[in-house]
Amino acid sequence: MRGAVMKVVRRQRRELPVLLLSLCASKVMAAGEFWTFTPPASQIARQIEGLHSYLMIIILIIFFAVFGVMFYAIVRHRKSLGHTAKPFHENTTIEILWTLIPALILLGMAWPAASVVLAQKDSRGAVMTIKATGFQWFWAYEYLDFGFGFKSKLATPQAQIDNHHTGGESKNPHYLLEVDRELVVPVGQKIRILTTANDVIHSWGVPALGVKQDAIPGFIRDTWFKAEKVGTYRGQCVELCGKGHAFMPIVVKVLSEPDFKRWIADQQAHAKAMQDDPNKVWSAVELIARGRQVYEANCQTCHQPNGKGGGPFPALAGSKVATGAKADHVHIVLNGKNAMPAWSSLSDVEIAAVISYERNSWGNQAGILQPSEVKTARGAK
Amino acid sequence: MHSPSIASTHLHTPGEHHAEHQTGWARWLYATNHKDIGTLYLWFAFAMFITGGVMALCIRAELFQPGLQFWQPEFFNQLTTLHGIIMVFGAIMPAFTGLANWMLPLMLGAPDMAFARMNNWSFWLLPPAAALLLISLFVPGGAPAGGWTLYPPLSAQAGMGMDLAIFSIHLLGLSSIMGSINIITTILNMRAPGMTLLRMPLFAWTSLVTAYLLIAVAPVLAGAVTMLLTDRHFGTHFFNAAGGGDPVLFQHIFWFFGHPEVYIMALPAFGIVSQIIPTFARKPLFGYVSMVYATCSIAILSFMVWGHHMFAVGMPATAQLFFMFLTMLIAVPTGVKVFNWIATMWQGSMTFETPMLFAIGFVCLFTVGGFSGLVLSIAPIDTQMQDTYYVVAHFHYVLVAGALFSLFAAVYYWLPKWTGYMYHEGRGKLHFWWSMIWFNVTFFPMHFLGLAGMPRRIPDYALQFTQFNSLATVGAFCFGLGQLLFLFNVLHTIRGGVGPAPAQPWEGGNTLEWEVPSPAPHHTWESPPDIAMVRRGLIAQAVYHEGEDEA
Ligand code: HEM
Ligand SMILES: [Cu+2]
Repeated sequence: MRGAVMKVVRRQRRELPVLLLSLCASKVMAAGEFWTFTPPASQIARQIEGLHSYLMIIILIIFFAVFGVMFYAIVRHRKSLGHTAKPFHENTTIEILWTLIPALILLGMAWPAASVVLAQKDSRGAVMTIKATGFQWFWAYEYLDFGFGFKSKLATPQAQIDNHHTGGESKNPHYLLEVDRELVVPVGQKIRILTTANDVIHSWGVPALGVKQDAIPGFIRDTWFKAEKVGTYRGQCVELCGKGHAFMPIVVKVLSEPDFKRWIADQQAHAKAMQDDPNKVWSAVELIARGRQVYEANCQTCHQPNGKGGGPFPALAGSKVATGAKADHVHIVLNGKNAMPAWSSLSDVEIAAVISYERNSWGNQAGILQPSEVKTARGAK
Repeated sequence: MHSPSIASTHLHTPGEHHAEHQTGWARWLYATNHKDIGTLYLWFAFAMFITGGVMALCIRAELFQPGLQFWQPEFFNQLTTLHGIIMVFGAIMPAFTGLANWMLPLMLGAPDMAFARMNNWSFWLLPPAAALLLISLFVPGGAPAGGWTLYPPLSAQAGMGMDLAIFSIHLLGLSSIMGSINIITTILNMRAPGMTLLRMPLFAWTSLVTAYLLIAVAPVLAGAVTMLLTDRHFGTHFFNAAGGGDPVLFQHIFWFFGHPEVYIMALPAFGIVSQIIPTFARKPLFGYVSMVYATCSIAILSFMVWGHHMFAVGMPATAQLFFMFLTMLIAVPTGVKVFNWIATMWQGSMTFETPMLFAIGFVCLFTVGGFSGLVLSIAPIDTQMQDTYYVVAHFHYVLVAGALFSLFAAVYYWLPKWTGYMYHEGRGKLHFWWSMIWFNVTFFPMHFLGLAGMPRRIPDYALQFTQFNSLATVGAFCFGLGQLLFLFNVLHTIRGGVGPAPAQPWEGGNTLEWEVPSPAPHHTWESPPDIAMVRRGLIAQAVYHEGEDEA
């Protein structure tokens, strides 16, 4: 099926004239999969789909009844057939009826919907809580019950996205819906997701699991899901969050209980090994190398790889902050300013490293910073 | 057909008004005549419609295929934002104000709008407002790119284009408020003798209610964007959590304006269709009084449902239920309206000239938009659909098939009155069928895209969304092309069309505008219409019965 999609994509590019025909034909063949909800993988998602089908049945009945009457009138009550107008213009009984009956139908819709609302909002009794933080433009997950976390970024190569000058590289099957590290959860367990954001509003949603929750800077919101089947489920950020909005997918990998336990153990061991010793004194080379990684992971989407900035984002190359007093530099990274978010969630080592990197790149030469200095700055605040 | 009562419109001696008949550009710059101002509004709206439409086509071109072809994402976001703002504030709203200006005095038997000079101001605020929006494309950082909803913090971090947009919104709001004051005063104080409130044409009713809505909410929007402006430049933190503010507060304020706003774009359409369907069914409007009540209840309910735009923001279950129930409730008065229109057609003696076709197209497609609105009102379903293409489909069924189609209907309906000539019926019908077909090809597939989970406001998408997107793009380009035919039809009519139009080109129109000659002279109803003539029309519209009162 995916192959067919790709073929259509490529064919369209070359043969514009036959586009419409090929579209119609391929649509009839392929539509089955793509014209309605992704197959639900949680009870809430299934209830939502059920509600929707129930509504559609009622709506279609009303639609055909009402428009049947209208088209009957259009066909039969026309002047060209010699039909003369009967100038009635009021009928209180009918008018009351067609106010009351729709109101009753609405009650019949509201009732089942209300019970789904209540179930969907009830996030009590979760076995674990994961915090999802929206960044411009990727997601970060923290497993609050297990003490580790990671970032989850788009894995689709830029060359597949950029078709400006070429026909474009052929695209992966999960183009734009693939990440470097998935969110991993156990099957059949109630997972509570806390959402928040670091810069602007994002929204965390996975259709197959029936969840969507805005992630709002400065606020914590929650939602939950219970995946019923092992598998991989995909979603995207669904709140306009700037230029990278299309490029921050959400991928949830649901594992069996034992697989999940094993995965957690691995992660915890790995996290421990990676932990930085905050009291160590770092060399300039170490700091700058580490800082480069931090910069690429967090800062370069706005300030650009070459440190030149762009739009509302100031250049760092030669900037007053990146070449002036260290304290000001630390302050802005820790606390943010205007469009610049606060980065206090990074560790002291990471902040020291990235500041050192910024002060020693793109022609800047303003000295390095040790993690202990960041620690002091935090304390002073 | 009535004989036009020229006597009642031209009681003054010829030449009496020549002092104020300016010519050339001065006529338009200093315009205080409601017909001139109406014309200015309509042309302005059309120019904005084309501008916003070209932006829509730029959006659709990028979405023809997956991958980035034409625009960088940042510019794509600027396109969607400007398209939305321009269509709402530049095209649809001024077009309705223009119609109200042109038609209300004619329909009510008034010589002009109540405040003719303010009317001039309220129009001339629009071009600078539009210019600010367009200039923002060329300032550092570009045009606003946060969507027409301008949610902070995204809009707080934007470049100076956002400031231009905020200033533009202030001007637009000012213009709307002045326009509304004019409409309200004209309707309340300048009706013909014998035309009580419950006997005036439905278009006047919907204009009146719309004007009240605007006066209520335009300041709300102005307040929201002003708070945004002070957040951006003067160190306040209304919407900045780090400073103790709340980004969600903006959304509450915005939608307290925004939801009534969508009815500001829908109610006048209801009014237009309620004039046109009876004319071509040759029957009085069914359920006049329930139409009025439905209009008012929709307006009142529109203030209580803003929360349905925010189901995904995270509100308590009780709040979700509250907003869900009230939103569903709007379906009742809306349903009453649709039933009444159909009852008006029932047992009529219908003909299907272009205005009627657009009116029927409106009823069909607006109902589809209403149904998808009902689906969205169900909070758990909205959880799936919020910010997906389902929403884009829904609101274009309401705004394009609703507001825009009703505007087309109105233009064809009143064009003979405006120009004195008949348009070419065949080309009018071609414009209708062309628009109808390609509109559906463009927007119907978007329901499927939304159901399948494609987010809105994205310049690039996953592969499974390819086919419906390509289809929608083809539809959009054809739809856009068809609007050139509309322009051609209008210009052709102005230049003489298929011949002069009589005062009453439609057999079934009984409102007062058909009593004045076509084209409507520069000055009409300088003395109020004769009460016997007014009554004749009211009786034909079944809002007055012989000898009902002798007021
Ligand atoms: C000529 C036909 C039109 C086409 C092809 C069209 C197409 C589009 C497209 C593709 C989008 C972007 C959707 C997204 O990425 O989220 C959009 C957004 C929008 N359109 Fe249209 N549109 C048309 C006419 C109109 C009209 C007449 C209105 C009237 C008010 C309108 C109002 C809007 C609004 C408010 C938005 C939302 C902008 C935003 O996301 O901030 N459109 N339109
Ligand atoms: Cu995002």
